[in-house]
Amino acid sequence: MSAVDLATSSVRDLNSALHGLAADSNDTSWTIDNPDGAHAIAVGLDAPLEVTINGHVGYYCAGMNKTANVTVNGHTGWGIAENMMSGTVRVTGNASQAAGATGHGGLLVIEGDAGHRCGISMKGIDIVVKGSIGHFGAFMGQAGNLVVAGDVGENLGDSLYEARIYVRGKVASLGADCVEKDMGPEHRATLKDLLARAGVDADPKDFRRYGSARRLYHFNVDHADAY
Amino acid sequence: MCGIVGLFIKNPELSDSLGDHLTTMLIGMTERGPDSAGIAVYHHERADDTAKLTLFHADTHYRWRELGGDMGEALGVETDVEVKDNHAVVAVFGGDEAGARAWLKATHPEVRVMGYGRTMEVYKDMGKPADVAEKFGVRKMTGTHGIGHTRMATESAVTTEHSHPFTAAADICLVHNGSLASPNRLRKWLERRGMEFETDNDTEVAARYFAFRMGEGATLDEALEAGLKDLDGFYTFCLGTRDGFAVLRDPISCKPAVLAETDDWVAMASEFRSIAHLPGVKNASIWEPAPATLYTWSLEGRA
Amino acid sequence: MTVDPRKLQRSATFPPEVIAEIQRQADQGIYSIRGSGAKRPLPSFDDLVFLGASTSRYPLEGYREACATNVVIGTRFAKKPIELKIPITIAGMSFGALGAHAKEALGLAATAMGTSTTTGDGGMTQEERGSSKTLVYQLLPSRYGMNPDDLRRADAIEVVVGQGAKPGGGGMLLGQKINARVAGMRTLPQGIDQRSACRHPDWTGPDDLTIKIQELREITDWQKPIYIKIGATRVAFDIALCVKAGADAIVLDGMQGGTAATQDVFIEHVGIPTLPAVRAAVEALQDLDMHRKVQLIVSGGIRTGADAAKALALGADAVSIGMAALIALGCNKPVYLEDYHALGTEPGYCHHCHTGRCPVGVTTQFPELEERLVPEQGARWLQNYLTTMVMEVQTLARACGKGHVNNLEPEDMVALTVEAAAMAGVPLAGTKWIPGRM
Repeated sequence: MSAVDLATSSVRDLNSALHGLAADSNDTSWTIDNPDGAHAIAVGLDAPLEVTINGHVGYYCAGMNKTANVTVNGHTGWGIAENMMSGTVRVTGNASQAAGATGHGGLLVIEGDAGHRCGISMKGIDIVVKGSIGHFGAFMGQAGNLVVAGDVGENLGDSLYEARIYVRGKVASLGADCVEKDMGPEHRATLKDLLARAGVDADPKDFRRYGSARRLYHFNVDHADAY
Repeated sequence: MCGIVGLFIKNPELSDSLGDHLTTMLIGMTERGPDSAGIAVYHHERADDTAKLTLFHADTHYRWRELGGDMGEALGVETDVEVKDNHAVVAVFGGDEAGARAWLKATHPEVRVMGYGRTMEVYKDMGKPADVAEKFGVRKMTGTHGIGHTRMATESAVTTEHSHPFTAAADICLVHNGSLASPNRLRKWLERRGMEFETDNDTEVAARYFAFRMGEGATLDEALEAGLKDLDGFYTFCLGTRDGFAVLRDPISCKPAVLAETDDWVAMASEFRSIAHLPGVKNASIWEPAPATLYTWSLEGRA
Repeated sequence: MTVDPRKLQRSATFPPEVIAEIQRQADQGIYSIRGSGAKRPLPSFDDLVFLGASTSRYPLEGYREACATNVVIGTRFAKKPIELKIPITIAGMSFGALGAHAKEALGLAATAMGTSTTTGDGGMTQEERGSSKTLVYQLLPSRYGMNPDDLRRADAIEVVVGQGAKPGGGGMLLGQKINARVAGMRTLPQGIDQRSACRHPDWTGPDDLTIKIQELREITDWQKPIYIKIGATRVAFDIALCVKAGADAIVLDGMQGGTAATQDVFIEHVGIPTLPAVRAAVEALQDLDMHRKVQLIVSGGIRTGADAAKALALGADAVSIGMAALIALGCNKPVYLEDYHALGTEPGYCHHCHTGRCPVGVTTQFPELEERLVPEQGARWLQNYLTTMVMEVQTLARACGKGHVNNLEPEDMVALTVEAAAMAGVPLAGTKWIPGRM
């Protein structure tokens, strides 16, 4: 167990230490105190570490995470788990904008609310939000699942590719080319699994599914106003 | 571009440390704005019929007391002058700040009016936030609320005048993080309607736009709502008013903003790290303001 | 009855090309999308000439008296700056826009010449990492294929704010070029038209870019130089903001810069030419006392050693070539004429990269076309071209008495037109006049 106090040491030293662990190291459990809104905490992790951060973090915490499990006991700034490849990132508080942006894999769980552009350009990441999200959720989402147990702001799924969106609460409006779709048994099974892994107690039957209408896949002059 | 901060004291016992906390918040935004910094502080220490003008001249030996005396003579009132480095706060007893400003414009065009009103003082200058705060003794300032700004100049020059806050009207000033897309068109439109500009800075355009709307009879809230339609661009605005402050983000909201509130204070900043050291922050409710939504706090709302 | 050609009165407002385009739009209801850069005549380096040696300045002997060409990029913050043997790099071009053979050829040639190549909007391929000894990895708004392993394997990172062909526009790749491999790398369905974002997903503005750059440095342990690439628009402001955001180097791409696919209206009407951009950028760096401390790499229509030498003389640390490198690989070569005709074009006029039916196998994903470009042969062509370019630069530098190509300075040149004099900030030939300055 290693403990780091960011009130007295630097983010740079912390990341350096985390990156420098030998592949067979058993120093895999880390606690970080007093983040106080610092940026780029625990970024670029590349080992199955357990990292717990006590407090609020700034931007890009756990950016480009691979295989590690990171927990933030607090709120996050922009881009939590941005471009994550694998592993798990859990936020007990709220996440700000661009949560899980461009993520390729792994699971991001937000127990509070997430801000705008949650899952923007997602490329395979799974994001489960217990609370609500802001506008332009899953903007240009290419792959992966976005699950929101609360409400959703304007322009959900604008310009969506193949990412799937499941919402339990209200959706203020749908973005270009995003439509409600049928929930089949395979969708409910996926959703059930995601909710279980996220530790969110909710019934898949209460959710609706949204996806791309695929009308923007080839330019058509009659859809020009959707671009 | 910039970092912005705002602090509103709900618990009067904290008023003495307003400047201390504002300075810490400002320094937290240094990386966002290394070029220049500014703050507006609101204290109600003068009688209600005393106006204050914060003035600037680059020469730290400028003869402020003489100016204060001449102004008093010309207007037939008592004045009082307090000098802080290259700024001076001139108190005008009897409250005729419009007359004072008109007199300054006619007789002392070399002096810049940074702010005016009953309670507001505005200090801004080039340099790192910590140095600017030190220069004007911000840490020791007391008051009910204040806003601040650290600048990374985008399109206009780094000068004292181009720094924020920009004063829109008596006791109302503005700090801005973002970039207006059509400031020139709007500037010309306002100039044709009698507004005068001191810089080519887009934030000045926003400040004078709000001043124009309020001059036409709009309340501050109405002016800000009109701004959502007329101001094109990405912005987070924080405005200081006589009684409080207001926060507004554009509908797309690509520039950051964090709000935090406890029983003792309300704080706003571009990044959480400026709020991270305020007393009691561990129990604060922390949230992000929604786009195109006006948030206001007022002293009248305090217990 | 024959038409007397002398009686045909051409309209400058509605020439045949404009008429054809209006009628094509009427038919199809879509803007014209094409490859290549701005095609219309623009003030350029052609309008500058060097003042060679005279009675007051003395030349260096060719061959025996050295004229060094090496340059180091990224000295400001990175632990491992990039050392280039020549001041010419290969610009960012995506796998997807280009085929794998082209990417491999670029890498082989660059390695042989001691310079770098750059990935593009599709991410890093094994071929390019394998063939290119020094590889710059782009971070674009789309983030297609972005991953930390490639970030760590790269030699430098280039944050793309914009490119000269379309400052303010995102990447574009049409369905016929999105084959299984490209689709897999970009996480897109095969065969669809790719829509790309024009802004980065997790930051907007230089204040937030500062924080993003810090994150990239933290992920890569501060080893690698971070470049910022901008399309030439408000150059003076942009350069200052790139410096303040923490760039090690800045890549500045003028409007002649190419693309494999973008709207013609964007290419021809947005951004400023490379010529005025360079001087504005250098002066902005000098104002911040950052010239030569934050390196400036200039691209956008660099074609010859003369262009390169003039950019260096104006203050650039290096230049970057895109289209010119593809032309060395065979782009617009007069071969396979029937394939050019099938596209409705001729060699020398072709800008049909967006179709994927490149007759010479460069900007294509179709195997039967791609095999027309043999990587080793392409590499040899490019290497020859780069060698010649460098020799041209050295020839000009030696004629001006310089022991290193970076010692060329603006005062070594004059302009042949008033526009070029104003844009480059050098006197009109035979006069002392720099319009706008004195």
